[in-house]
Amino acid sequence: MSYWFRNDNRLPQERLAAASYVIVGMITLLLLGFWKLQIIDSDKYGQMAERNRVRSIPIIAPRGRMLDRDGRVLVDNYPSFSVLLLRDDMAAVERSLSVIADGLGLSIDDLHEQLANTAKLPKFQPIVIKPEATPADVAFIESHRADIPLLEMLMVHRRRYLPGGFMSHASGYVGEVSEKQIEDSNDRLRPGDVAGKSGLERQYNDLLVGTDGMRRVIVNSVGKEMGRLSQQEAIPGKQIQLTIDYDLQKIAEDALAGKKGSVVALDPRTGEVLALASQPAPDPNDFAIRVSKEEWLRLNTDEDRPLLNRAIQAQLAPGSVFKVVMATAMLESKVPPENFHAFCPGSATFYGRQFKCWVYGKSSHGSVDLHAAIVHSCDVFFYNVGMRMGIDRISKYAKLVGLGSRTGIDLPSEEPGLVPSEEWVQRVYHRKWYPGETISVSIGQGAVTVTPLQIAYMIGGIASGGEYKQPHLLKDIQTIGEHRIELSESTVEQVTQGMYGVVNEGGGTGAAIRLQGVEFCGKSGTAQVIGGDAKSRYGKGQKKFNNNAWFVGYAPRRNPEIVVSVLVEEGGHGASASGPIARDIIKAYYDKKEKKTNGQATAQAVKPSFEKSEAHTLTVEDPKAVIKPEETAAVLQPAAAAKKPRPE
Amino acid sequence: MVKDAAGSREYDYWLLAILAAICALGVVEVYSTTHGSALAGMHMKQLRWLIIGTVLMFVLSRLDYHLIMDQAPVLYIIGIVALLAVLLMGHTRFGAKRWIPVLGEFLQVSELVKLIIIIVLARFFAEVRTDELSLQDLIKAGLLVGLPLALILKQPDLGTALVLMPMLVVGAFLAGLKWQHAAVFSLAGFLLVGAVFYPPVSRHILKPYQRERITSFLHPEEDAKGSGYQLLQSKIAVGSGGFWGKGFGNGSQNQLGYIPVRYSDFIMSAWAEEQGFKGVLLALGLYMALLLRLVQNAQRAKDRAGMFLVMGVTAALGFHVLVNVAMVIGAMPVTGIPLPLMSYGGSATLFVFLAIGLVMNVRLRRFVN
Repeated sequence: MSYWFRNDNRLPQERLAAASYVIVGMITLLLLGFWKLQIIDSDKYGQMAERNRVRSIPIIAPRGRMLDRDGRVLVDNYPSFSVLLLRDDMAAVERSLSVIADGLGLSIDDLHEQLANTAKLPKFQPIVIKPEATPADVAFIESHRADIPLLEMLMVHRRRYLPGGFMSHASGYVGEVSEKQIEDSNDRLRPGDVAGKSGLERQYNDLLVGTDGMRRVIVNSVGKEMGRLSQQEAIPGKQIQLTIDYDLQKIAEDALAGKKGSVVALDPRTGEVLALASQPAPDPNDFAIRVSKEEWLRLNTDEDRPLLNRAIQAQLAPGSVFKVVMATAMLESKVPPENFHAFCPGSATFYGRQFKCWVYGKSSHGSVDLHAAIVHSCDVFFYNVGMRMGIDRISKYAKLVGLGSRTGIDLPSEEPGLVPSEEWVQRVYHRKWYPGETISVSIGQGAVTVTPLQIAYMIGGIASGGEYKQPHLLKDIQTIGEHRIELSESTVEQVTQGMYGVVNEGGGTGAAIRLQGVEFCGKSGTAQVIGGDAKSRYGKGQKKFNNNAWFVGYAPRRNPEIVVSVLVEEGGHGASASGPIARDIIKAYYDKKEKKTNGQATAQAVKPSFEKSEAHTLTVEDPKAVIKPEETAAVLQPAAAAKKPRPE
Repeated sequence: MVKDAAGSREYDYWLLAILAAICALGVVEVYSTTHGSALAGMHMKQLRWLIIGTVLMFVLSRLDYHLIMDQAPVLYIIGIVALLAVLLMGHTRFGAKRWIPVLGEFLQVSELVKLIIIIVLARFFAEVRTDELSLQDLIKAGLLVGLPLALILKQPDLGTALVLMPMLVVGAFLAGLKWQHAAVFSLAGFLLVGAVFYPPVSRHILKPYQRERITSFLHPEEDAKGSGYQLLQSKIAVGSGGFWGKGFGNGSQNQLGYIPVRYSDFIMSAWAEEQGFKGVLLALGLYMALLLRLVQNAQRAKDRAGMFLVMGVTAALGFHVLVNVAMVIGAMPVTGIPLPLMSYGGSATLFVFLAIGLVMNVRLRRFVN
């Protein structure tokens, strides 16, 4: 070994001492760094650690189901998975957004927009980025748990409606809450929440909607659940029972298939709505997830106006159905007196203008009294009555029997219709009322408009002797509005006799739809969409200008159990286009009633347990039943054999 | 000629006690970070490495360091050949070639090379006869370090490559580095490092793909979450520990896996979370005691050769502690440098014990002749 080191013992003691100071300085600096993190910013990092550790996952409460009056499920839920995006770590969200968009087949622009819209919300609140996860989405989320721990799946309950838009105008539909709804809700609603948008879904949203729960879980760094901290269970929405009778509703929907029109069936004794149909109707299952802009635009611009609930929103001339109002007004006001006769040669001239009777050119009614005028729907008779009565008296009685104002049915956006008067024309058009207009109004043309619901409500009220019950769809409604109008017994008797004659007398406009064993009464109406002269000018063949066909039928003649008003737009003659629909529903009502009376004893003996399982009240049944898939698979549950006895 | 050691009473028992204390903290925390996970039982493996290391340390301390330094050129060549071998046929893990199989374990060659460079540099500086280090000698020393450094960078292993730098700097400083040279080189180095790694500057001088390479070069093990996420999680762990800590086995950041490689590079993060600032005071206090004790050994060395050897070890260990702990508190980027004796790892542990063995060696011979 060479002595390369030569026992060289010159040690740089100063520089070695300096090295010691450097070490002390270095450790001190590091300790200061720890001091900053662990003492000064300890709370901040403590919270961040907590946010890492704890994840809050909402538990969506199922909405209440809707049952028909016999307990059959009309609107149900089914389980489905939504994809949630956790936004605690926005930097990570930004980094992974394009991968997420690709993986879930979403547009990255939409995602950015959604994030911007929800930027104001607390960061720990996840947002729904895809409402209905496909198996591929589930696989994507599971396989990326480690590198994209931002996605979570959430079980939600989606609405299942009967297919084909069945009863959809009554049930309405749900959708994501709008910004306005969120503002109006006092922080109760959040973006992505589901709320009723129309119909009963909207009317009874507060009942139907449950309270979402929250699950706080411990997650590890790859998003795996390691434990549960707390769980606040969801409170399911209340199940509601409707007054709707599925069997009658079915007949109404089937009869209207392919047509534009509406059917309303009421029980005037209680105000219960037995059927309420309007077609065309959108299928709310299409909105149950999220309606596309294109689809929404199409529905809104469709000439047939599928979003219009014709039962409560179509404001149309009632045509000859209005003659019931005229007859009531005449008998009550005694102008002209009840023995008034008019001669009908097929037309009449008032104020220098010819007004035709509907039989003009084919035959004439000859000399008619009030009864014959109702039965044969003689226009000339009512022209004369109207001329003598004057518009304000007509207006007064039309309003008295329920026209021109909302019935107060428990559905949003009911329209009031219109009963014209001198005051109205002055107020709206700033002109005098032309006496000639009164002649048109006398037969339900001109400015007067009604909704199908109003017609049923009005006829029910008159035939019940002036007793009006607020129409409603919720079976267990708290208070039913009711009022009484003063109608003399003779008036009610004569008017109902007239409507009985329409169906049951030879030559009555509804003679073809007579029912065996039922006191089926009614009144037809064929309302011109445009004037007859204009119609011939624009071409007869065009369906567009066809008359609107009305028929209101009820039974029995006095104090009816059921009133059915039918409107078929551009359907032609009221008695032939709408009459049979009313007849079929009333027939089905009586058939069912008869079966029930005969079969009740046996049914109860055979299956007493049905009573228990059937939901007749507003209280929630077994909430688990709401989400059972096998239950939701069946479109309709079989009708229970045992029924609550009808109050007589 | 070489005399035998003066006897076991000359071992630095204080140093051994500090060493044992740090190792104990390490084993405890390795247990805490891995128990109940797929890596359970790792603390026992670490314990095994510690025992092997201790044995090697005593063996190395008995062999006169002059004899070892005598073979510096041979060792240097062995080191270079080993690095080349790794590059040619090494075992790739985490996207880098660093390992060659030795006795059924994978040995990280660059750890061995660190030890060799400490010896080679000590020999080089011991042979400098002037009181001031000439530019010529400085450049020579630089080239001596530059070759293995380049080879390690090629693996790539920036962390280990960087450790060679403080050995050079400290050695040169003690060999009489001139202030002018120090100023010029440190300024140049500072500017270069700053320009490449400081994004606002590198944005102007590097193309995007180059910057991306720098980033991935810096963090080869980086997963999709990015190194910023790792550092943040580490800071959260440290900060949320507060003064008292969350308690052994109770750190959520640790136990739920938010701290990256928490049994190794980020073990200080897990320690700080569970033991709090008081635990950090203890750990960093022990490291400071260790380093100061090393310097004291250098001050008492018999000759310049021994002093350079001890200070080379001090520089390497000090740099490890600084860079690792600064990373844990988010003050430095993720470089993959473990914390000596606390982080789990066979090669790194053996390196530290062998290095301490050299220090003991110098100490044992301070009164000889």
